[in-house]
Amino acid sequence: MKRKSVAVIGAAETTEMGKIPNTSQLMLHADAALNALKDAGLTAKDIDGIATAGDSPVEVAHYLGITPTWVDGTSVGGCSFMLHVRHAAAAINEGLCNTVLITHAESGRSRVGARRFSRDPASQSGQFEVPFGITSPPTMFTIPALRYMKQYGVTEEDLAHVAVVQREWAGRNPRASFRDPITVDDVLNSKMIAWPFRMLMCCLVTDGGGALILTSAERAKDFPQKPVYILGTGESCETPVISQMEDFTTSKAFRVSGKKAFDEAGIKHSDVDHLMIYDAFAHLPVYGLEDLGFCDKGEGAAFIREGNTRPGGKLPLNTNGGGLSYMHSGMYGMYALQESVRQMRGIAPAQVPGAKISIAHGVGGMFAASGTIVFSNEAP
Amino acid sequence: MADYNRPLPLPTPETQHFWEGARNGELRLQRCTACKETYFPPRPFCPACGSRSVEIYKASGKATLYSYIINHRPRPDFGTEPHSIAVVELAEGPRMMTNIVGCPQTPEALTLDMPLHVTFEKASDEISLPKFRPAPKA
Repeated sequence: MKRKSVAVIGAAETTEMGKIPNTSQLMLHADAALNALKDAGLTAKDIDGIATAGDSPVEVAHYLGITPTWVDGTSVGGCSFMLHVRHAAAAINEGLCNTVLITHAESGRSRVGARRFSRDPASQSGQFEVPFGITSPPTMFTIPALRYMKQYGVTEEDLAHVAVVQREWAGRNPRASFRDPITVDDVLNSKMIAWPFRMLMCCLVTDGGGALILTSAERAKDFPQKPVYILGTGESCETPVISQMEDFTTSKAFRVSGKKAFDEAGIKHSDVDHLMIYDAFAHLPVYGLEDLGFCDKGEGAAFIREGNTRPGGKLPLNTNGGGLSYMHSGMYGMYALQESVRQMRGIAPAQVPGAKISIAHGVGGMFAASGTIVFSNEAP
Repeated sequence: MADYNRPLPLPTPETQHFWEGARNGELRLQRCTACKETYFPPRPFCPACGSRSVEIYKASGKATLYSYIINHRPRPDFGTEPHSIAVVELAEGPRMMTNIVGCPQTPEALTLDMPLHVTFEKASDEISLPKFRPAPKA
């Protein structure tokens, strides 16, 4: 990617989040898109590139009245929007389009106009995993954790700390779904879901969406909002079935995507002021911290337990409250990107003072795919 | 078997031999005749070197417990008690998802790296699922 050549000029979430029983999934896409267009001072007629995941970009483009010259329907789970940002940056640099709209929406809780979820019994998952009782992320995404815990002596208390710290951040965010403080005991006494995971170690299920608008850094200065520049991007994928991950203590997709983004941005870990790591479950920030290189192997849980990622810590992490406390409609990556953009604009509810570089790192499927974006509020 | 009401695999031409083996009480793996890599899930070429020259062979059935969860979410088709969903490491190298059976479904009874042995659970006339039970003490 040509460095520092593309910027975010519009960013918004749906007007409401949480439980939205009176709005279809398609309209949630449009609601987020209209909010982002307003944020950027644009209308749908100004958009010539479209991307979304889960739903078809054709559906979203037509609903909004967009006739694009660039279309991306990359759908690899909750990090798809990181991949869209990466692909959009390349497309803008190449001149395939000028102004890209990326949307996410999911009626995850109310299921109004939501896609039916099913696994083909002839797929690898359908043949070699589903027959053994995996149903949904809580019985699948959690399976590697015990191996990690044994290898590095990490405890259930350590996992509980992840949820406690994120709730601290959520307490500072009026839009967070859960804001009341919790303790390690609260987490360890919450309902058992899939041992060793309890309810408060698992993400929410909500309705909502978000949208981003990107254009060239050159044009970005002409829009109403402070541009948020893209310094580096990464993406990768590993396996559609979690049993075939190369090593249950580390995600290959995280490592490849993260390294690519750091290399492109040309930054060091000590340059990063703010970090978002997609937290569908409490072990994910631990894997993310290690696989992105912020911690040595086996040290991610202690890093969180010791307070480094909490308010006032040296590496503020998941400052919106994360998927564990803020919101999680199904493909959370968009909300991680939104929080990074807010932090770079300086308008986040739990603003990190003086933050100049933010990373949003996403997971897709169950350690299936990954995408990483490095943002900065400083012009190239 | 009469009340076996769970989602079952639908074999494809590339996986037919695996499910045929399971139906006959055999755990079948594939091995590359060029680079000797044993791999799983089944496919008619070697994922390590790309060679189409591969052979099917009967695995030992020995494995160790690599990682697992104990599911507490309702799965009436799996009974009313919590049950394990596990990944085992086969003696031949590959890993596969399964359930650990023939022992209490508790963290105390299910210790990582414990030795296991394959057993087959008949689900229909076509499908038997490979499950694993604690290996008999030597």
